[in-house]
Amino acid sequence: MKMINRFWKFMLLAIIIYTIIQLLITTEVFNLFYTNTLITIAINIILAVSLHLVIGITGQFSIGHAGFLAVGAYISAIVTMKLALPFPLALFAAGVIAAVAGLIVGIPTLRLRGDYLAIATLGFAEIIRIIFLNIDYVGGAAGMVVSRTTNWTISYICLLITLIVIINFTNSRHGRACVAIRENEIAADAMGINTTYYKVVAFVIGSFFAGIAGGLYAHNFYIIQPASFGFLKSFDILIFVVLGGLGSLSGAVLSAILLTIVSTFLQDYAETRMIIYSLILILVMLYRPQGLMGTREITDFFTSRKKNALKGGENL
Amino acid sequence: MSTNPLLHIQNVGIRFGGLRAVANFTLKLNQGELIGLIGPNGAGKTTVFNLLTGVYAPTEGEIFFNGERINGLPPYKVTRKGISRTFQNIRLFNELSVLDNVKIAYHSLAKHSIFSSIFRFPKHFSGEKEMEEKSIEFLKIFHLDHVKEEKAKNLPYGQQRRLEIARALAAGPKLLLLDEPAAGMNPQETKELMELISFIRNEFNLTILLIEHDMKLVMGVCEKISVLDHGQLIAHGTPEEIRKHPKVIEAYLGEEVGEEHA
Repeated sequence: MKMINRFWKFMLLAIIIYTIIQLLITTEVFNLFYTNTLITIAINIILAVSLHLVIGITGQFSIGHAGFLAVGAYISAIVTMKLALPFPLALFAAGVIAAVAGLIVGIPTLRLRGDYLAIATLGFAEIIRIIFLNIDYVGGAAGMVVSRTTNWTISYICLLITLIVIINFTNSRHGRACVAIRENEIAADAMGINTTYYKVVAFVIGSFFAGIAGGLYAHNFYIIQPASFGFLKSFDILIFVVLGGLGSLSGAVLSAILLTIVSTFLQDYAETRMIIYSLILILVMLYRPQGLMGTREITDFFTSRKKNALKGGENL
Repeated sequence: MSTNPLLHIQNVGIRFGGLRAVANFTLKLNQGELIGLIGPNGAGKTTVFNLLTGVYAPTEGEIFFNGERINGLPPYKVTRKGISRTFQNIRLFNELSVLDNVKIAYHSLAKHSIFSSIFRFPKHFSGEKEMEEKSIEFLKIFHLDHVKEEKAKNLPYGQQRRLEIARALAAGPKLLLLDEPAAGMNPQETKELMELISFIRNEFNLTILLIEHDMKLVMGVCEKISVLDHGQLIAHGTPEEIRKHPKVIEAYLGEEVGEEHA
């Protein structure tokens, strides 16, 4: 009963946030620029949370997340622009194909550990990017023109679905199995957990949502180009997760929001933008090396269950 | 005595390159037995455990558990067949609560699927509830229920050892492998551990194979002892026989040069 209550509290909060922002948009307090920033924030949270599942929960240091973003972006663009099918279907297709890509990449690479895994995933992400670069059907280096369909409402719905699925997954025996792998892989194995299976599952779920983020991303600008999905994009997502605190879902959300706002407003200072952005990162890491939230969650501050060690957000 | 031993290790050996860590190792464990495995440092005791649990695949010989051949199976499958272990250097899930540590071991006995968890179907709730109740039961047996919300890494050493055994038992084993459970314990803790081992053995109807350096513990609780030296089984028998066995004395104290020449 308690868990169901938590779920409705979460939904109520979600609806209130939505209503307030929607109100601000319709009354034009938020202009197009702000609305755009909001959509970017939603996309970045989806990316951060999906990578959080792989790095923060399962402990697999994958730094090729932009590859799955690219798959989602191109697949959704093909579905809407070439096949002329509706946008929600395109988003779903983006997620599914990105998940399949995650499966194909994950099965061989997740046998590797630590830095080897990082390099392998980075390599795969580059391969994916270069594949798109060389397919004329999707425009090659010039990119692909996409109509602007992403709006605040659909981004918010996708964000909510992502959060609910990942929180629910984390707070179950399956999520615990993933955390066990992060904590001690040998012991997890000895406790009867199929470690390869759970690593791949976490990776596939992460890729699925990265694909959906890709779909939103592609339809948020008028053009997508392979150059936007390079390893710098992967590092951007990685920074959200690390800065928020490895293992903390609310940390990933928080840092995605903060860093998106920071980098959006720094666009006015084009010359110094990257310097200021980097300085902020360095300062946070100096003063909070464990990340903004450490391994805690926002809900820890409101509940008495502070010692409940399993991370990943509130129990829905 | 049953004709079918629970665990039958036949002439098992493993080579790491040129090094023969274990060679021609044979051991039979009958249901309900408690056998100690001793030997000097580097004799290959932990390697035997790693062979049994699938961490290494033996290069020679065969291992039968419950009549099934298990060599070459990955560790998680071996655990699901009913062999569970603790580690020489404690391997708990440090950042997780004591309760979650036990819940993870109970993982493969629960049945709810990933989909039912993501969509929060009733099966998820009933499955998780069962896991929670069973895990708390285990913690009560091991007198750890009062620290169940504590992070595993914050427990005192003795309790960490106990938690590791509790966790191994939660995986539902028929055979329990204990790798130096008394390492680093004071005499009082060792005494409690001996009582605990006898207790869980009766309570869970377990067969136990135990590696230990503490001779008092080994001689005290084990019915039979196998002695390993340089990867070879050099003696097997009751504690009394082992105590007097010349090869064992030689392995532990070194051979007496004078006697050799005499």
